[in-house]
Amino acid sequence: MSQISNIYSGKIACIDKANIDTDQIIPKQFLKSIKKTGLGPFLFDSWRYEDEGFLGKEMSKRTLKKDFVLNKEAFSKANILIARENFGCGSSREHAVWALKDFGIQTVIAPSFGDIFFNNCFKNGVLAIQISEQNIEKIFSNQSESNPIEISVDLVNQKIFSDHLFKENFEIDSYRKNCLIEGLDEIGYSLKYEKDINMFEEKIKKERPWIINE
Amino acid sequence: MSKRTLYDKIWDDHFVASRDDGSDLMYIDRHLVHEVTSPQAFEGLRENNLKPRRVSSILATPDHNVPTTLRKNDLDGIKDPISKLQVLTLDENCNEFGINQFKLNDQRQGIVHVIGPEQGLTLPGMTIVCGDSHTSTHGAFGSLAMGIGTSEVEHVLATQCLITKKQKNMLININGAIEFGVTAKDITMFIIGKIGTAGGTGHVIEYSGEAISSLSMEGRMTLCNMAIEAGARAGMVAPDDKTYDYVKGRPLAPKNNDLLKAINYWKTLPSDDGAKFDQVYNFEAKDILPQVTWGTSPEMVVSVNDTVPNSSDKNIQNALDYMGLKPGTKITDIELDQIFIGSCTNSRIEDLRAASEILKDNKISKRIKRAIVVPGSGLVKEQAESEGLDEIFIDAGFEWRDAGCSMCLGMNPDQLNQLERCASTSNRNFEGRQGYKGRTHLVSPIMAALASLEGKFSDVSNC
Repeated sequence: MSQISNIYSGKIACIDKANIDTDQIIPKQFLKSIKKTGLGPFLFDSWRYEDEGFLGKEMSKRTLKKDFVLNKEAFSKANILIARENFGCGSSREHAVWALKDFGIQTVIAPSFGDIFFNNCFKNGVLAIQISEQNIEKIFSNQSESNPIEISVDLVNQKIFSDHLFKENFEIDSYRKNCLIEGLDEIGYSLKYEKDINMFEEKIKKERPWIINE
Repeated sequence: MSKRTLYDKIWDDHFVASRDDGSDLMYIDRHLVHEVTSPQAFEGLRENNLKPRRVSSILATPDHNVPTTLRKNDLDGIKDPISKLQVLTLDENCNEFGINQFKLNDQRQGIVHVIGPEQGLTLPGMTIVCGDSHTSTHGAFGSLAMGIGTSEVEHVLATQCLITKKQKNMLININGAIEFGVTAKDITMFIIGKIGTAGGTGHVIEYSGEAISSLSMEGRMTLCNMAIEAGARAGMVAPDDKTYDYVKGRPLAPKNNDLLKAINYWKTLPSDDGAKFDQVYNFEAKDILPQVTWGTSPEMVVSVNDTVPNSSDKNIQNALDYMGLKPGTKITDIELDQIFIGSCTNSRIEDLRAASEILKDNKISKRIKRAIVVPGSGLVKEQAESEGLDEIFIDAGFEWRDAGCSMCLGMNPDQLNQLERCASTSNRNFEGRQGYKGRTHLVSPIMAALASLEGKFSDVSNC
């Protein structure tokens, strides 16, 4: 589990699409990696490059699509990504979050998320924030290359805001929030309950012997 | 005692403890592992000097990267060195930690979601996870089966528990009997078309009604497989006699007294009359016609006798642009290049039987550049061959392949070429899913077989 600052501000990049699936965030050919790192260059690969990418391809020979938001000078250093509803739907590939993180995205904001992706974000210290459709709309309609929006996040007080544009309180489960703030080792934390797990196993060995059959 | 749903009961029977941060630990009965989403989890165990807590709960197999030809060459058949390394890494991890693996050359190898039920690993009332979103498939047995990320894979390996919070209950009733030519695939796609790809977010879906209970176990697996495409991590169908009959006698299923005890327990699982669901949908089976997707999201779906929509919505226009389709085009006018019958959605024996019935004594259209059929497991392949289905497929012009995920996501060499259009029995029509710039139309095995003969879609009810 990675830690995240309690309060931070950042530049945003907006992708005006609904239902962005994890196949788009990181296409299948990059799932062959046995590492969590190094996936940033392939984030949104099919949308970002003119050619088809693969692991080991000479990156300097690839051509960027000029129109894609992360290829524009004003947004290429963004650390907050904003999209429409149901962001991260589809495949459970955690590689999607590893790619976002490796690229430098620390926060993703949308009106709603795919459940598995949402969960995967917090496991890697990426904050996923659900905000209202109205505020998402405000952000999209005010974002411009000449005047990129900055957004601030106050995790402890669960507030997200941008000067004069909007301010919203967001929901986050307490266990996810604590993990992000304290950078907890989740497995270590769960293993504090080993006695409960042992007791549970003893119980089901009696009640449902076909479950633990060894 | 209050009235409970199937999900409530499984939750209650797997609740281990509440952590003091407000999350809950849910016990995991079975864990399926494949080569793509597990290497980083095993690496994490090693880094922290941990071991899998209950090795006997795990079954591993390589399925995503595996070639579907020349299986006799074993690992040497994997041409891409990066794919090969991933499969080898699974081998090494299973060896190191003593995990049961059906290796590439094992007759029992196949897609994880096909081999779990086939082996009797999947049982009613269980909690089952896998680093794969289509784990929802196993809910067909009345189990709580969920796709998880790699960090969660590592957590389950180390603790046999998942950190979670209870989700909401959703009930989807399909009333009445389905019409001729309509399959479980059409039901599940119809539902996604109605409730959308985020319709089930935050919920566990229970499917019920006459149209559901009359489905075979294979059909129920197809149905639950695509619960994730409706946004729900888990879909389920209450266990009944069909479920018990399917399970009995399988290698990993309980036997003798244990089986009797298990069936008695399983009979207590169906949702109580009057149990509370947070959301309920009712659909009429007679309204469900054979379905075909036209866009780049599974919710972009219509009946085969319908047309591609005309809309000013930007998402729809982008999808049509990618798919190379004009608004108002009849679905039955869409011409195809490839046919794919396979995937964890539709690669079981019943799917192959249904497709082969259409293909018997027929030839695929000259338009079709390639038609492949990929059985879900080595055992499905063996069964199909014993029934002579392989000959029907081959005579019709299909290629008869070895088991794996294949062209559902093209992590192996089975892919569409750019701009090629495919009728596919898989589960996702996302951009590039079956190959860079490839175009996918999701359909049932019957529809795929019919489309292979015509070179375009046609309505099975006209047959």
